[in-house]
Amino acid sequence: MRRLASASSLLKTTPFHERTAALCASHAWRRWAGYIVASSYELSHEREYHAIRGSAALFDVSPLYKYLVRGKDAARLLDHVVTRNIQELKIGQVAYTPWCDAAGKVLDDGTVARLDETTFRMTAAEPNLRWLHDNAVGLDVAIEDVSESIAALSLQGPASRAILGDPQLKYFRLTQGSIGGIPVTISRTGYTGDLGFEIWLVKDRALPVWDALIEAGTPHSIVPAGMLALDVARIEAGLMLIDVDYVPARKALIESQTSSPYELDLGWTVNLKKERFVGREALAAEASRGPQWQFVGIEIEWQSLERLYAEVGLATRLPATAWRTSVPIYAGNEQAGYATSGGWSPLLKKYIALAHLRSSWTAPGTKLEIEITVEHRRRRAAARVVKKPFFDPERKRA
Amino acid sequence: MRNYDVIVIGGGHNGLVCAAYLARAGRKVLVLERRERVGGAAVTEEVFPGFRFSVFSYVVSLLRPEIIRDLELPRHGLHILPLESTLTPLENNGYLAQWNDHDQNRRELARHSLRDAEAYDEFGLMLHQMARAVKPLLAMAPPDPTSLSLRELFGMKRLAEHFQGLGAKRFNTLTKLLTMSSADFLDEWFETEALKATKSASGIIGTLLGPRSPGTAYVLLHHYMGELDGVFRAWGFAKGGNGAVSAAIASAAQAAGAEIRCSAAVESVLISHGRAKGVVLEGGEEIRAKLVVSGADPRRTFLQLVGEKHLPEAFVESIRRFRFRGASAKVNLALGEAPDFTCLPGRGAHLRGAISISPSVAYLERAYDEAKYGEVSRRPYMDIVIPSMLDPSMAPPGKHVMSIFVQYAPYHVNGGWTDARREALGDTVVDTLSQYAPNLKPAILHRQVITPADIERIVGLTEGNIFQGELSLQQMFFLRPVPAWAKYRTPLAGLYQCGAGTHPGGGVMGASGRNAALQILGTA
Repeated sequence: MRRLASASSLLKTTPFHERTAALCASHAWRRWAGYIVASSYELSHEREYHAIRGSAALFDVSPLYKYLVRGKDAARLLDHVVTRNIQELKIGQVAYTPWCDAAGKVLDDGTVARLDETTFRMTAAEPNLRWLHDNAVGLDVAIEDVSESIAALSLQGPASRAILGDPQLKYFRLTQGSIGGIPVTISRTGYTGDLGFEIWLVKDRALPVWDALIEAGTPHSIVPAGMLALDVARIEAGLMLIDVDYVPARKALIESQTSSPYELDLGWTVNLKKERFVGREALAAEASRGPQWQFVGIEIEWQSLERLYAEVGLATRLPATAWRTSVPIYAGNEQAGYATSGGWSPLLKKYIALAHLRSSWTAPGTKLEIEITVEHRRRRAAARVVKKPFFDPERKRA
Repeated sequence: MRNYDVIVIGGGHNGLVCAAYLARAGRKVLVLERRERVGGAAVTEEVFPGFRFSVFSYVVSLLRPEIIRDLELPRHGLHILPLESTLTPLENNGYLAQWNDHDQNRRELARHSLRDAEAYDEFGLMLHQMARAVKPLLAMAPPDPTSLSLRELFGMKRLAEHFQGLGAKRFNTLTKLLTMSSADFLDEWFETEALKATKSASGIIGTLLGPRSPGTAYVLLHHYMGELDGVFRAWGFAKGGNGAVSAAIASAAQAAGAEIRCSAAVESVLISHGRAKGVVLEGGEEIRAKLVVSGADPRRTFLQLVGEKHLPEAFVESIRRFRFRGASAKVNLALGEAPDFTCLPGRGAHLRGAISISPSVAYLERAYDEAKYGEVSRRPYMDIVIPSMLDPSMAPPGKHVMSIFVQYAPYHVNGGWTDARREALGDTVVDTLSQYAPNLKPAILHRQVITPADIERIVGLTEGNIFQGELSLQQMFFLRPVPAWAKYRTPLAGLYQCGAGTHPGGGVMGASGRNAALQILGTA
């Protein structure tokens, strides 16, 4: 037999793969930006979810795209690209921000961290090297794609601070530190809406850092966690996910698929006081007339759900994992919008969803109906608009 | 003697599609094919015992989904096996591959250029939108912008509204696509030479133009259309070779009642009182019909089968000016074993896709330079597929058939085509390819070389042009084949055209055949 191409060469593995693969009892992997990452390590994601809210969960988030932006004009470039004010960002501060095309439609969202006066690290869900380059014409700035060379972990949950040795770090700040004697950058950020940190390091030292965290975390019941658990937590935190909750403008086939920051409940990130940034004119116009759509929280009412199932002689059924499909939402006979992700919150004991609604239906408390399939038949369950985030513990910022 | 409603001259895929649609509409149809088999340039032949070649056309990419649907071609045996990838071996033993899987493709491109890896998706989206912008034109008879008739004006209005609906940005991109060279257009997007070269190659296929010749960007788009209807997956090999496409269409036509006669060469169209009345076969047999539809190319149809004396002078002049200039040849190899590429050894997935010898834009342009002055390219562009990797019915177990599309091999080669020149072309192709796959030469069991002159002689395509006339802008849309006669009609009552020499043009597309049938039936 002649040699066949090795199957393992087709998708990338992260710098932590040796550890994560050994732990992945479920054999459930998911693709993320060309890498494979665990969906859940255990057979069910349940314990991993509860670790996020009850102790500490350790996620491998290495597939994130990361860019190092350096030089005299680094702040100018980023300030021009993203909607928030980057010039004002202090050293050691991190900003969550979307960025838009000239039409003011969101291309991607991520964080910008100021490492020193002229050095920034940007994280993104999609590749953005070309976009940064194209906007850097004439600027004194060097942009380096460090997506592959920087490994990243996310340690989330109430015990995360203790595991890291109680770093004195405010919400959305970062600091240099060391774990197991290895230099790392620690930022107080995350995608769970909980107390948590993200740890950035050169990929060659990935395994000893993982091992040191597991060792320090074991007395605090640390649990390696996968994407299924993260998905539940980020919905509870009201955090949107690219390609699921919005179509990035670069991938939109038709204009109506695009969204502005205002339509994604990110109006607070748009700084119209900045003189120039990509999409400013369109965003200023939208700000003055108000967005047509808004991105809101929805709670599906239990009694209504229970009634629909009782009608066919069943106990109420809940989704086992978070779902990410487009589900119609109605106001009377009119379609008011659609939910894009949702699921059962094991902590809040509520069936929640994130939804795009026409602006006239977005006031908290507005009564709506959401489509639900009960025993092969499409029905409508009562739902109402609620404030996001669904879950917002004090420890997140404290 | 039977009385036919329609005689279709030529059993190529367009003739068969036209016949099938007409027969389905209840017309009594007779298809006359000169060769002993139907298919025209879409045929499968066992050239060497046990080895079946798609002798001329070799992939299916543009076959219109509505034809597959309307004629129920899958029921008549059509099975398209997907082509998975394109491999471009480089001269330094490196390679560039383009894969179907998004992650795999991005990773491979990033090996060459992170920028290009990112631009790729956007480029794809842009072509998708452009293809959507142009596609409605393919399914319609092109309106004549110089005519003031209500029908034409209405057609132009619909077209104008369509273009207006694109928005300024897309309209501007479309204008660029219509005017630029494929290489210049790609320069705006990418920096990797092999990527630009391989993509620009689809802008020059079948045409005596180089990647830097203006107008070739549009041809790039023309070839992209096949990839648009994702769900139809009409991009790949037909199981059983391209003859299986023709066989499926013929079967659909016959099931609808059409009659097909092979080895029945038409010598001339029977004309009386300015009207086509039927045809005369070689040997003198006369067959009459209410209508005659020619699937042959415009020059053969009008200057040979009809004759100048029956046609207006200005029309004849336009037909004479219609450009053919075949530029491509075909080399088919029977191989004792699969080729082993130095850049990517072994029998990996790359052998199941296309292999493109297009290391750089300069390589392609140089190949064109030689052809411009009447020589065969010393280092030609090649588009290679190995159908037996996916379809074991094409070759004995463990052995393979390799189809090599070669460009440039100009029809008007200095000194004309001879047997010696044909074999020299075969040597050039094998020598060039052996640089990338050294085991090729000893693996060859049989070699078939087909020059443009052979294409003309065997299947009757004038000057060996695979599109029945160059696919260049001045011969497209309402100008194909000539102004004012772009709607499948001709100056002679009762005579229609249905070949690729009419809008929208070549590729195993079938659109001309279908559009012609709909015109005849008055439902276009």
